[in-house]
Amino acid sequence: MSSPTPQPDVIVIGGGLHGCSAALHLSLRGVKVLVLEKDHIGRHASGVNAGGVRQLGRHVAEVPLTVASMALWHGIRDLVDDDCGFESHGQVKVAETEAELATCQARADQLNALGFTHEEVVDQAELRRLVPAIAGHCVGALVSRRDGAAIPYRTTFAFKRRAESLGARFVEGVTVAKIARDGKTWAVETSDGAHHTAPILVNCAGAWADRIAAQLGEPVPLEVIAPMLMITARVPPFIKPVVGATGRTLSFKQFPNGTVLIGGGLLGRAYRDENRTDLDFANVTTNARTVWDLFPVMRSATIVRAWAGIEARMPDDIPVIGPSGTEEGVYHAFGFSAHGFQLGPIVGRITADLITQGRTDLPIEPFRIQRFRRDAVAA
Amino acid sequence: MSDLKPRYDLAVIGAGPAGLAAATLAAQRGLSTVLLDEQRAPGGQIYRAVTQSPVRNPSVLGSDYWHGADLVGPFRDSGADYAPGTTVWSVARSLDIGLSRDGAARVLPARHIILATGAIERPFPIPGWTLPGVMGAGAAQILLKTSGLVASGNVVLAGTGPLLWLLAWQYLRAGARIDVILDTTPRENWRQAMPHMGAFVRSGYVGKGLKLLLEVRRKVKVIGNVTSLAAEGDGRVQTVVFRQGDGAEQRLPADTLLLHHGVIPNINLANATGCAQNWDEAQRCWVPTVDGWGATSVEGVSIAGDGAGIGGALAAEHRGRLAALDALHRLGVLDRDARDRDAAPHREALDKAQRGREFLDTLYRPAKDFRVPTDETIVCRCEEVTAKQVRDAVKLGVSGPNQTKSFLRCGMGPCQGRLCGPTVVEVIADARGVSPAEVGYYRLRPPVKPITLAELASLPKAEDEIAAVLHH
Repeated sequence: MSSPTPQPDVIVIGGGLHGCSAALHLSLRGVKVLVLEKDHIGRHASGVNAGGVRQLGRHVAEVPLTVASMALWHGIRDLVDDDCGFESHGQVKVAETEAELATCQARADQLNALGFTHEEVVDQAELRRLVPAIAGHCVGALVSRRDGAAIPYRTTFAFKRRAESLGARFVEGVTVAKIARDGKTWAVETSDGAHHTAPILVNCAGAWADRIAAQLGEPVPLEVIAPMLMITARVPPFIKPVVGATGRTLSFKQFPNGTVLIGGGLLGRAYRDENRTDLDFANVTTNARTVWDLFPVMRSATIVRAWAGIEARMPDDIPVIGPSGTEEGVYHAFGFSAHGFQLGPIVGRITADLITQGRTDLPIEPFRIQRFRRDAVAA
Repeated sequence: MSDLKPRYDLAVIGAGPAGLAAATLAAQRGLSTVLLDEQRAPGGQIYRAVTQSPVRNPSVLGSDYWHGADLVGPFRDSGADYAPGTTVWSVARSLDIGLSRDGAARVLPARHIILATGAIERPFPIPGWTLPGVMGAGAAQILLKTSGLVASGNVVLAGTGPLLWLLAWQYLRAGARIDVILDTTPRENWRQAMPHMGAFVRSGYVGKGLKLLLEVRRKVKVIGNVTSLAAEGDGRVQTVVFRQGDGAEQRLPADTLLLHHGVIPNINLANATGCAQNWDEAQRCWVPTVDGWGATSVEGVSIAGDGAGIGGALAAEHRGRLAALDALHRLGVLDRDARDRDAAPHREALDKAQRGREFLDTLYRPAKDFRVPTDETIVCRCEEVTAKQVRDAVKLGVSGPNQTKSFLRCGMGPCQGRLCGPTVVEVIADARGVSPAEVGYYRLRPPVKPITLAELASLPKAEDEIAAVLHH
């Protein structure tokens, strides 16, 4: 412990998937990284989310990023030396009525007009071929065939291990107590009394990122949410793709071991200072009814566990990515609003691009933190 | 469920000695009280089926068992509501209880909740413990109490602890055959337990215990100082393989192998509710942190009986009454002085019932080799995870049971960690060279007992719907 460790080039605050991905991409370029994590790697949203690797249905601003990230997912073993449990059987967003199917079509047309072709509308016959267990009343779906799912904690841990193997250092169980600037150097004091310095800071603090941003003089309206999930006992395999719904909140997928994960973003209550969440059984019930309606085969299934993670949501439901609006040498990547898992691989690369090249090829203008300035809101 | 009121002053969960005593006292003192229990009849595990056991000869199960009936009569007369066949799958900090009964789920609010969820057998992971024919001695005892059933063929009992000897005694009384008892009590435990011998000798247990031990030893061959155990067989257990001390491997034919090395608190519901817990080094298990009244860190939630640390059935009764008196105080029925005054006789009785506990805890502490199994042994039965997989994960930097859960899925199955949690904690602690206190325990989540999607979907959604169901 007494041997002095060399000063890092970058301090990443937060050891979730985005922090680990930033650490990995920076390490790949020879940058010395220190990651500070208040609990342990992947403890919150990164480790306990539904694991959906989804391009389907994203905010238009996120589409270029999600497409670029998907390419990384399909070569994830090359990136992190682990397949992360990634399987690509597509994602399907079911339309229960003709009106919903029309919404799907409009969405596909919109993306086509922008030059993206990964989302397509399928008819009832094709839906039934993809998802034989779907309820009879469903008329079609929006489909993204290269989408899939991975195992969240394993993924986050794989990013960490790969970064570590390239020289990144991780300190877990310490919170950031104070951030101060000394000329061109950032000094970060942690709860264990240690001081760390580096010229560059990256804020990947997830549901706690607003506190870091506030210390840097740029408060953001971050809402702390607790998306809930539940899982069943094993049932015989009956479905490959991840299924969502157009008119209701749902994310539904079966693991290779037969258990079925049911989620979609219905919320419990989060208490971030206690690292605690409470389930809201009224919302769990809503989810159960959706599954009851869409998958008759599931009616006798047994729920063995339900849980919620602690996550950050921004008012416009898209993340903050990019340089600080107030301070030199600070970059943000947080506020993924319950759909950041698939973006993990690419956003780490974007942050590394910004730090090592001063620019990125991907359009990140919509994610700038300045959009939450009081005058920006007024304008 | 029309027989339940819309809400209660006090809900007691579990109808063993602690729950029966707590509910009885609270209802007698005027609290609207409900006792929720998973079984069809009162008694918990220790007095399981005490009102309906087909084993009519009282000398088979012993007078301590039939004492359970003394708790049921006053409970029936107390005015407390009783909801048997009810599974509690969630207790929220808001004091809303999620429960299922007759295929439907509902939420029941209470002003105070006493968890009396008792004990479970400590997992006893040996190679082959998942083979059919291998089961916990506690499970065998339940079959005897509820159905009068005993194992047939070659029966081997293995392990340590009072319950192992009690079951052996009950088996013999019921006319069942036991081939051999493999006693795994470590030799050095005797030396460590000696300083506590005095208190034990002054307790009420010593005479009864000795008599029972001698009777069993007279009738069954007991092999002591057993240091390794494995079950082998094709499709089911056929052979028990063991060593005595450093001796050579020995083999015994077995159609049934009954394993037991003590009981630990059933903490799942308390843990999922968010009650703080601590590592109890003497009993070698995680226990909810409670004060002298059983109050937990969650306002309005208390724990009585073995669920708050193993004390045995008699202690559980008294702990139930103390928790009930504290509930009366917290709900404004008794002032502090009245609570303390009324508690005095129960506290005295509790002290007496707990005398000698240290001796038993020390003597029957399971050997490390049986708490920290060999590499090839399955620790998580639901997901078939071996001790080696857990150790390999620790080598990769996975530091606690919640991380191994995310990494290996161990503890994610329907048992919610009841069968693997204590072992996973011991294996990680051993591999890291730290105390289990530092390793922690699973963060458990409701539903703590599996419920069906149909039950969940039937849960009334909003307050007005709940009211509609209640007034149905």
